[in-house]
Amino acid sequence: MFSFLLKRIGVVIPTFLGVTLLTFSLIRLIPGDPVELMAGERGVDPIRHAELLAKMGLDKPLLVQYWHYLTGIFHGDLGTSIVTREPVIREFFTLFPATLELSFCAIIIAIVIGLPAGIIAAVRRGKLTDYTVMGLSLTGYSMPIFWWGLLLILFFSVGLGWTPVSGRISAMFWVDEVTGFMVIDSFLSNEAGAFISALRHLILPSIVLATIPLAVIARMTRSAMLEVLREDYVLVARAKGLSMPLVVCIHALRNALIPVITVIGLQVGVLMAGAILTETIFSWPGVGKWMLDSIYRRDYPSVQGGILLISCLVIFVNLTVDILYGVANPRIRHNR
Amino acid sequence: MQKLLTRLLPILLLLLFVGQVQAKTLVYCSEGSPEGFAPQLYTSGTTFDATSRTVFEGLTHFVRGTTELEPGMAESWTVSDDGKVYTFKLRKGVKFQSAKHFKPTRDMNADDVIFTFERQWKKDHPFYAISGGNYEYFNGMSMPALLNKIEKVDDYTVRFVLNRPEAPMLANLGMDFAVIQSAEYADAMMKAGTPEKVDQWPIGTGPFTFQGYKKDAQIRYTAFKDYWKGKAAIDKLVFSITPDASVRYAKLKAGECQVMPYPNPADIAAMQADPKINVMQQEGLNVGYLAYNTKVAPFDNVKVRKALNKAMNKQAIIDTVFQGAGKIAKNPIPPTIWSYNEATVDDSFDPVAAKKMLAEAGYPNGFEMKVWAMPVQRPYNPNARRMAEVIQADFAKVGVKVEIVSYEWGEYLKRSKDVNRDGAVLLGWTGDNGDPDNFLAVLLGCDGVGGSNRANWCYKPFEDLIQQAKVVADPAVRTKLYEQAQIIFKEQAPWATIAHSVVFIPMTNNVKNYKVDPLGGHIFYGVDLK
Repeated sequence: MFSFLLKRIGVVIPTFLGVTLLTFSLIRLIPGDPVELMAGERGVDPIRHAELLAKMGLDKPLLVQYWHYLTGIFHGDLGTSIVTREPVIREFFTLFPATLELSFCAIIIAIVIGLPAGIIAAVRRGKLTDYTVMGLSLTGYSMPIFWWGLLLILFFSVGLGWTPVSGRISAMFWVDEVTGFMVIDSFLSNEAGAFISALRHLILPSIVLATIPLAVIARMTRSAMLEVLREDYVLVARAKGLSMPLVVCIHALRNALIPVITVIGLQVGVLMAGAILTETIFSWPGVGKWMLDSIYRRDYPSVQGGILLISCLVIFVNLTVDILYGVANPRIRHNR
Repeated sequence: MQKLLTRLLPILLLLLFVGQVQAKTLVYCSEGSPEGFAPQLYTSGTTFDATSRTVFEGLTHFVRGTTELEPGMAESWTVSDDGKVYTFKLRKGVKFQSAKHFKPTRDMNADDVIFTFERQWKKDHPFYAISGGNYEYFNGMSMPALLNKIEKVDDYTVRFVLNRPEAPMLANLGMDFAVIQSAEYADAMMKAGTPEKVDQWPIGTGPFTFQGYKKDAQIRYTAFKDYWKGKAAIDKLVFSITPDASVRYAKLKAGECQVMPYPNPADIAAMQADPKINVMQQEGLNVGYLAYNTKVAPFDNVKVRKALNKAMNKQAIIDTVFQGAGKIAKNPIPPTIWSYNEATVDDSFDPVAAKKMLAEAGYPNGFEMKVWAMPVQRPYNPNARRMAEVIQADFAKVGVKVEIVSYEWGEYLKRSKDVNRDGAVLLGWTGDNGDPDNFLAVLLGCDGVGGSNRANWCYKPFEDLIQQAKVVADPAVRTKLYEQAQIIFKEQAPWATIAHSVVFIPMTNNVKNYKVDPLGGHIFYGVDLK
């Protein structure tokens, strides 16, 4: 087990270095320099241009810049935003709870609906229910998030008035930040109605963000369950007179869940990518929208820092899933 | 029953009373997050809306809804005969707002004015380097070259001595970078070891007191009760940050906000038809143009430039690109600016005459050229690619074959400055201070060649006029000079002036007294809710 752990962690280090190199070089490959963008039509004279580039450290050779970036990371310093002049790490962690809160709700929705939907589709294979679930999940998977979000807003918020249009809480409330999670902070605040408002604001963005993972989980659960249902022990259980729901829930589900858990782990990356669009549509102040703005503004330190921290999160979740998978299935840890 | 009524009555009365005195809160769905809270350090209108137009004020003001100047923190001023010395008498009894971490002990005075400017100007000032020390507007308006010294004559008199006469100086002082910060606040924060707090938690003399900012979500203000002009009609002002225009519209319809900026042009007709929404509109202080590179053939020939201007169907551009939300531009300055010359005659759309002029210029079979299309949407050009396509079709009719080129925005700005640039560039400008100098000298002056003057046009008769207008203090004389300059511009045609956009501000019907700011700001002092 120890050597398995060591191997897994050993893979993480080159991945991490690869991410730093990739983020550093990719943002610099996009043409256009941040000083020109900042100045806009107004322009800036060449002397001032050089001065500003030097101030941002962008006048140095790329290798030196990369070295500064790497040494900064090991000192816990991800640099300062070119636009807001705030430390990147502080900006990230100010916004991260909003993304985490939204992603958490989305993954819960995806699991709570996706798992049973997949099971039902597998059990009723080839029937109308199966076709409906699979058809809907395919639609969900191929739905453009931007369009889907606006559609829900127009229908539920503007048309029916059931949910708020955007934001994390009504503009009428000002909730002091304790944990950064609006649902918890609004619950702790003394403002009447703030908690309900926070919950209502979570509904539409969570549904939108959950759509793709939900579809993936439902399809994965269905195929894993179909595999398991063909196993001999299921037939034996059925032959012994156990009812189908009992066989599915007690015997089949446990084995079918192993690949599904891996897929759920992989959805963390999908959630982060989906958060960029969802947060933009719903004016959700999270890291997704912040990263998008930073890319537009060529805010190199923010893009580098943001992608690095999100990558670390994805790497960590996948490492955890890998290790748990190894714990759950001894064949894997012995084979590797 | 009677007992119950006796108990309920006071509660009912209280509820009625509370209902009546409930705070008036105006929610503004702003288009983005401010870069920070010190307007001196940034250049975006979003930041100015959240700071200089709410919390702060400058020595001079623009009358709300106009580009006319009025006294602000300066009650009055005098200008020396040589135009180099400006002496400002400051308004007495002007209070600064307070916060939990700072309570002002004195009124605004000359020390605050000097602090505000020296902070941006003098590199050895203790606050120069705080928060990054980039004063792009201050530098962009050439203030370091312009200022000789700023003196405190007494507590309520400040003297600005300039190196050369500069007629737009008063308008410059009404700009966002020139709003007055509190020197006392800066000192207190420096002593507390948190000087950057001055730029994070704004304290000024304006109509609204900053209450807090939740990053990318909300900015909150309350009306400043000691504001020298009187407390604002609304009690609370909330900026609800909503970057997507469709979502802003949805929020307006759902009643989640009362005012929104920058609607999608495609939504305007529906907004105007909605009885619950009032759409205010005004021509923006901007101009969209196609700048020929007058240093490179064939555009060094005025006949070619005039011919191309005649080949362009501007009305088609207004209809297809602006979807009606624009007006044909004939002058390089918008009609909302004083000295706009009504008498100039625009090049009429006449492809036959254009073809003839090209033949006279030595191009009977036309030629090939590039038209640069911006990759971004701007107020003066909502869809540059589409505009370039319309121009391409128009020019093809006179034998000129257009290749449309585009680059990433930063790259576009950089490459389009090149004096040897190939082709004509689509670009535009939004005015800063309502002074014609801010358009004519910046965009067409000889100093701007290789920079903001994308036509690389340096024409002595024009240059002499705008330089003269810079140093004359009398507005009537300046008006005459600028009117003449516009006639020369039209004759020489370094640009095809295309359009001035129309700014639309949709708001719910219960918003009263909102005025569209020609300078592009969103100002809530004076606004009320029904």
